Amino acid sequence: LAVPPEIPKEDGRPKWDNKFQYILSCIGFAVGLGNVWRFPYLCQIHGGGAFLIPYFIALLFEGIPLLHLELALGQCLRKGSIGAWNTISPYLGGVGAGSWMVSVLVSLYYNTVLTWVMWYFINSFQEPLPWSFCPLNENRTGLNKECYESTAVNYFWYRKTLNITPDVTESGTLQWWLILCLATCWAIVYLCTIRGIETTGKAIYVTAIFPYLVLTVFLIQGLTLPGATDGLAYLFTPNLSTLKNPHVWLDAATQIFFSLSLGFGGLIAFSSYNPPKNDCEKDAVTVAIVNSMTSIYASIPVFSVLGFKATTGYWDCLDRNIISIINEFDLPEESIVRQNYTAWISFLNSSYPEKIAGLKLKSCDLQEFLDQSVSGTGLAFIVFTQAIILMPGSQAWAILFFIMLFSLGLSSMFGNIEGVFTPLLELKIISKSIPKELLSGIICLICFLIALCFTLGSGSYWIDIFDRYAGSLPLLVIAFFEVIGVVYVYKIKRFSKDVKQMTGRKPNLYWQFTWRFISPLLLLIVFVAFVTLQIQKSPSYAAWNPKYEGFPIKEEKVYPPWVLAICVLLAVLPCVFVPLVALFQLTKQMCRSKEPSRVPPEVFSCQGTIS
Amino acid sequence: YAWDANEEYLFKAMMAFAMRKYSRKSTTQISNVLLCNVTDRVSFWFVVTDSSRNVTTVPGSEVEAAIRLNRHRINNAFLLSDKTLQFLKITSTLSPPVEPSTPAWLIVFGVVLCLIVAGIIFLVVTGIRQHKKKYKESTERENLEEKGEVTVTVENGIPCEALDLKAGHVNGVFAADDERFTSL
Repeated sequence: LAVPPEIPKEDGRPKWDNKFQYILSCIGFAVGLGNVWRFPYLCQIHGGGAFLIPYFIALLFEGIPLLHLELALGQCLRKGSIGAWNTISPYLGGVGAGSWMVSVLVSLYYNTVLTWVMWYFINSFQEPLPWSFCPLNENRTGLNKECYESTAVNYFWYRKTLNITPDVTESGTLQWWLILCLATCWAIVYLCTIRGIETTGKAIYVTAIFPYLVLTVFLIQGLTLPGATDGLAYLFTPNLSTLKNPHVWLDAATQIFFSLSLGFGGLIAFSSYNPPKNDCEKDAVTVAIVNSMTSIYASIPVFSVLGFKATTGYWDCLDRNIISIINEFDLPEESIVRQNYTAWISFLNSSYPEKIAGLKLKSCDLQEFLDQSVSGTGLAFIVFTQAIILMPGSQAWAILFFIMLFSLGLSSMFGNIEGVFTPLLELKIISKSIPKELLSGIICLICFLIALCFTLGSGSYWIDIFDRYAGSLPLLVIAFFEVIGVVYVYKIKRFSKDVKQMTGRKPNLYWQFTWRFISPLLLLIVFVAFVTLQIQKSPSYAAWNPKYEGFPIKEEKVYPPWVLAICVLLAVLPCVFVPLVALFQLTKQMCRSKEPSRVPPEVFSCQGTIS
Repeated sequence: YAWDANEEYLFKAMMAFAMRKYSRKSTTQISNVLLCNVTDRVSFWFVVTDSSRNVTTVPGSEVEAAIRLNRHRINNAFLLSDKTLQFLKITSTLSPPVEPSTPAWLIVFGVVLCLIVAGIIFLVVTGIRQHKKKYKESTERENLEEKGEVTVTVENGIPCEALDLKAGHVNGVFAADDERFTSL
């Protein structure tokens, strides 16, 4: 049968059910936990609304071009990351292998974070919430010492959940409750990715849309809480002087980069299931803008709740002072209230200064409470849980909050697992007779077994290490080589023609400019600055040690040499694939060039292979 | 409610009640409880005298023990709690929070795990059935092709639905073959 030349050869490749599924998967992959607990923190410490300026500049010159590049690449080549880069040039196969390695490493520890979320979720069904009270000590005369000196939420997080050891070298024991939750999380991931995008495509409708609903509910609730306006004003008041600090620009660039989940190979895998004639330019711009808008949208309820928490803490401080003053001076109840507190204090200070000094009143400053900025797991599991206790109907809010976090993380996990799964399917190592269900089951099982070491007592220290070293530096390197590879090895003219073939119009001047010069340059600057900063700070970590004198302040400890070696290994391992594979191909080519019968390599382009 | 002489009377009565329960003698009377230094803030000192022993005061430790034993009743009489009715130097023994025999989280965890396992089993079973069906169909197709009866236009073993619909000739037998299923 004659095939009309325009119709591409069908390869039985799975397809998205519809375009919406694909866009939703990309958005779900990009929108993750970092949008909720990293972006608001960065806004807060970098001058509020002023941070949006470097953020949007980074989005424009770094985020969108790289995203478009990856999506176009996957759509054109219709292969996962390893296959795609091997096709672009055998010397660049290492880039794909590096992406694959990073996806594996990140999948391992990311699901453990989801384990913690799941643990908190199933504990939210208890009345009263278990992190709202301290357990009693052995002889029931008072509260547990560790809990009393820190707070109930800290105790529940560090002791009841993590059972954390005071040092990264002390591994402690496996925590059986965390193992159960880890098994459940990997079972959920297996359930959703069992047949690749056929099943994730269905699951993504729920996991990508649900967080937006919950965020809206929290937004409405958060705005009605007292003190919410203080928190929001604090967040969004721009402080333009912070823009002079280069750290701010570096943080904006890295935040955009990691937030869009570039360099994992997951986006390439997603777009490889697209029909070839799909407007990837519009998709890229859509996904990037939705991701940034989500970050901003999520920071509103987060900061309302944080403002509420600060205000409540401030009122508690005032109330405690008022009680001690009333007790000391035997004044009638309700004579001093929060509103006239300052008037009373100044009056009493002038009349009885020694008595007031003897009371050792804590100075209550709302600004000080607002300044306590936390990001990451501390925000979700310590600060937010404390705020939830103070809200009426705290159980429902806790359940909603943790389901939202779980959905956010799960949709990102889909992208990670696809980045691992799709290249493996295409490698010739895996025989075609193995059903997909078995392959995904094996991947999930192996990851679960390796991730068991994160359920040890020192597990959260290791997750910090993985996050800091495996999930950051290699991505910058891989993305840099991606851009250089496409623009200078594959040649930008060819790529522009391929994109024109797919979208119907030639990439305009903005794309040409950013792909050729601006994005690689920006990535190089960010990489150098990042490495310099990491080297300058001695690698230390904050350990939770109840026996420390400054407890509940965390103890600053330095990583021992063998841990440092692991950190370096994690950062270098994915990157080392790039030169290794190039070298391997070079030697293979040199050996082959000595043979007389040399077949000229196929020239690939999106229209099909032309020999 | 306002603190007046009647409330003071009730307080004296509660103290007498506490002393009676503690020492198990029924000799303590309301007149044995003396209040002094009552302030606006409703704080005062009080002593319990022992009329059987020549109007001496009962030692403070005994009074403390009596109050500790009956704290709950005293609080309830005044509709107050340990925090709002404070006896200086008497710390309350804290009652442990109620813990159900099965921790609540295990129940929720069990429910979640059952749902997930059910989902996985369902998907795996449907996958196996589809695989068998596809295998059966492909052998059927081969048999039909041998007989020359098939009218479906096939390009490299793939039905024309996957290609341009207008060009091919679609056979309803194979229209059910959903090309979403990946070839195994």
